[in-house]
Amino acid sequence: MDPVLQIKDLKVEVDTGTAVHSVLDGVTLTLRRGQTLAVVGESGCGKSMTALSAMGLLPDRFRIAAGQILLGEEDLVQVRPQRLRALRGNAMSMIFQEPMTSLNPVLTVERQIAEVVELHQDKTGAQAREIALEMLRAVQIPSPETRLAAYPHELSGGMRQRVMIAIALACRPRVIIADEPTTALDVTVQAQIFRLLRELQMQTDTAIMLITHDMGAVAEMADEVAVLYAGKCIEAGPAAQLLAAPAHPYTSGLMACTPKLRLGRAALTAPARGLGEIPGMVPPLGQFPPACRFAPRCARATEKCHATPPETVRLGPDHETLCWHPNEAREAAPAC
Amino acid sequence: MTDATNTAPLTAPVPEAPAARPTRPAVEFARSFAANRPALFGLVLLIAILCMTFLGPLIYPVNPYDIVDMPFAPPGGEYAPLGTDYVGRDILSGIINGGRATLAVGAAAAVISVVLGILMGALAGFYEGPIDAALMKVTEFFQILPTLLLAMVVVTVFGSNLYTITAAIGIVSWPQVARLARAEFLRIRKLDYVEAARTAGARNRYLIFRVILPGALPPLVVAAGLSVGSSILFEAGLSFLGLGDPNTMSWGLIVGQNRNYLLDAWWTVTLPGVAIFLTVLAISLVGDGINDALNPRLRRR
Amino acid sequence: MRKLAPRLISAIGLLLAVLVLNFLLIHAAPGDPVQVIVGDMGGASPQLIAQMKAQYGLDKPLPVQLGLYLWQVLHGNFGYSVYFNMPVLDLILQRLPATIVLVLSSLILAVVIGTLLGIFSARRPRGILSHLVTLVSLFGFSAPVFWTGIMLTILFASVIPIFPVSGMFSVRDTGGFFAQTLDLLRHLVLPSVTLASIYIATYSRLARAAMLDVLGADYIRTARAKGLSERRVVFGHALRNGLIPIVTMVGLQFGQLLAGAVLVETVFNWPGLGRLAFDSILRRDYSTLLAILFFSAILVMVANALTDLAYRWIDPRIGGGRTRKATKTPAAPGSKSPGPAKG
Repeated sequence: MDPVLQIKDLKVEVDTGTAVHSVLDGVTLTLRRGQTLAVVGESGCGKSMTALSAMGLLPDRFRIAAGQILLGEEDLVQVRPQRLRALRGNAMSMIFQEPMTSLNPVLTVERQIAEVVELHQDKTGAQAREIALEMLRAVQIPSPETRLAAYPHELSGGMRQRVMIAIALACRPRVIIADEPTTALDVTVQAQIFRLLRELQMQTDTAIMLITHDMGAVAEMADEVAVLYAGKCIEAGPAAQLLAAPAHPYTSGLMACTPKLRLGRAALTAPARGLGEIPGMVPPLGQFPPACRFAPRCARATEKCHATPPETVRLGPDHETLCWHPNEAREAAPAC
Repeated sequence: MTDATNTAPLTAPVPEAPAARPTRPAVEFARSFAANRPALFGLVLLIAILCMTFLGPLIYPVNPYDIVDMPFAPPGGEYAPLGTDYVGRDILSGIINGGRATLAVGAAAAVISVVLGILMGALAGFYEGPIDAALMKVTEFFQILPTLLLAMVVVTVFGSNLYTITAAIGIVSWPQVARLARAEFLRIRKLDYVEAARTAGARNRYLIFRVILPGALPPLVVAAGLSVGSSILFEAGLSFLGLGDPNTMSWGLIVGQNRNYLLDAWWTVTLPGVAIFLTVLAISLVGDGINDALNPRLRRR
Repeated sequence: MRKLAPRLISAIGLLLAVLVLNFLLIHAAPGDPVQVIVGDMGGASPQLIAQMKAQYGLDKPLPVQLGLYLWQVLHGNFGYSVYFNMPVLDLILQRLPATIVLVLSSLILAVVIGTLLGIFSARRPRGILSHLVTLVSLFGFSAPVFWTGIMLTILFASVIPIFPVSGMFSVRDTGGFFAQTLDLLRHLVLPSVTLASIYIATYSRLARAAMLDVLGADYIRTARAKGLSERRVVFGHALRNGLIPIVTMVGLQFGQLLAGAVLVETVFNWPGLGRLAFDSILRRDYSTLLAILFFSAILVMVANALTDLAYRWIDPRIGGGRTRKATKTPAAPGSKSPGPAKG
């Protein structure tokens, strides 16, 4: 299928004033039409920075040092700010993690949805209002007519996230980036939001980049998966393959942390006691290990891992990993 | 509580390692303050003003009430380097000797307002409920009366002398401190170490003054500093309106007495005003510096 | 607005308290209360003194006197100003508009300029403008307002005489409405700029902090993600949120604004309540002075009520959000939370 968003060898740095640290180091991702790419990793691995780079919304002091972000034919790293603004909220949009704080508390729901439509589609007030209403219906908010006049504080977390989705979808974007869209919500609401996203995706053929640390969400939503660790993409591949046979020890570790996924390969590789956990923490910016960045936390690490940066290992047509000692995929298959 | 602990973010006192404890926060505070150039400038300015006020009369022993030259002699004259006022008194001497009253009233009034404010705010914040409601009603009452007007009335009714002026300024400016203290007390009284002390059987008075107050002090210290500045402005304003103690030379008094001649003799009103301005500026800079040094987190913004 | 009745009662209670304070001040002053009331400039005739004694029941016990005093005030009798030779109430109503014009224009000037300065410096926290705001606010905090006024007087009286430095009208009775308004505005420039100078300092500082806070909020990121221009992000999304602490401050500081007006009106001979207060101090005209205090309290309360309305209009969470309000720490009844006032 045709790629709509391609991130190629993206390098992002932060200038702290005293030093320049690498945040993303050569991340490459491809997002295809109508598909969902899950970008996975713990906090501080660079998932959100990847998303914000694509949107051109990197915070102060962060900058793209190298690489390409292709939306169709256009390289978003090179385009002028005005062009980027014209694309944001229009051709690509973003759903944020915190529905409680991501909506403006002093503006009505109608205003916040209609605003995007007025901006990008030259719609007048009445038309924009119609679209806002239509969007509220699309995201399955009960009695949408009355909700138009509501302020965010009058809505529950799940409702607010639906409004966020309505804003994101209002201009029928080619790409939606959802940054941990359900982390702040109740488990039951999480499932509803995912179902909604899937339905809307099927109707509109939008590509979704789902940023999450929850492998359960990956299993539910993703067609493709990319695992980030300390600013590098350490494993990528089709979701079915990758979940069935994670190659990188970090990926198996992540899966072992998720109760319902302690099946198959992950069950074999993870320690037998209860829920697994990965020892240690993601290294802070500027303190990335020189060779394999995961080595200090890896049970399988050898001299080589600490000394030489790992090379890409191809495990299947689209399944790759960055590791000296990957799990052998073929071996694992029968165990499932 | 020792002085050093005032500057530290206070939790329960740690008895062990007595050598390291008092110095480290203080040193850190001093270092942070010294790195703040405006604050350092303010400190130097403040010291200079204090020196001028307290040592100046020894170096420049001219009586501020003596007529040294003809009225409105411009600056640079033979008898009065900064000129004379409407009766021929030396402006320089007036500025040097006027500082004492201005500073003393400012400092004393600040003490009154801070003590009163902390007391009211602490009680309101600690007890909550009806006591809080009653005390805040009192605070609100004082806040609907324009401060300067109330002080004017008090001084007019009870007479213009340094004591009534000081008391009047202190009485009208405590509500701001009280609000701040109350907010801090409301916040801190819910913290774990306060609960722990309460569970351990500490009495209310001990809780208020020994457990909660130290933690609430940093912002209150800053507010106290700033209230010295505003009290000085207050005193100057009252003196300017003719409500200053007529028997005590002060900066505001010089400005007020010469106001009608400001177009004939600009120096009579300009120079004492500069003295007030620089003093309050120095205090604000030092206050900001203390604030920043106490909250290094905020400074980065 | 459901809670109108309790608020009204609270307001009446506060005003009563002001009157009691006034009464106590008269009686706490050294000397004969009548002397205190009519002033010690010797202008009072024996008849007047006798009339006063009867009116205020000065031979009766103190609580009765208080009752009589309140009764008089209720009928609009705030005493008689011997110096100005008219009832105090008339005197005050005559001067009130000038003060309101001055205070409101200064307030608008201060809020608009202060907020704009704050916004632009928050956009670039390390830029030149940001440092300028710090400087301006330091000046505003530190310079005595009467001195600022005097400096402007010297500047505009002799160096660049384009604005009048004294009074409110120069061509009273000549010219039409338009000419008079223009004349008033010309006279208003210096006093209102002087009075605003203090508050430009306060508001620019406050607006800067508030906007820094707001511009870092998640919903601003959302607004940017929508593709809005920076101008629309700042003025359409951030400003209204940033205004909340500013409005709070306007309410809290209105009393101080009136206090500043006393000094400014004195410097510029502006014929308002402040100037009247100064004049009545010179004449020891207590009844006028106390009535000014009372009417200032009313002004402050009206201003507080208005800021409260503005507050509800800006922040929809205050009006309908009952649940949210309940979770807040109990604020003083009828007053706004002191939250960001001191920063």
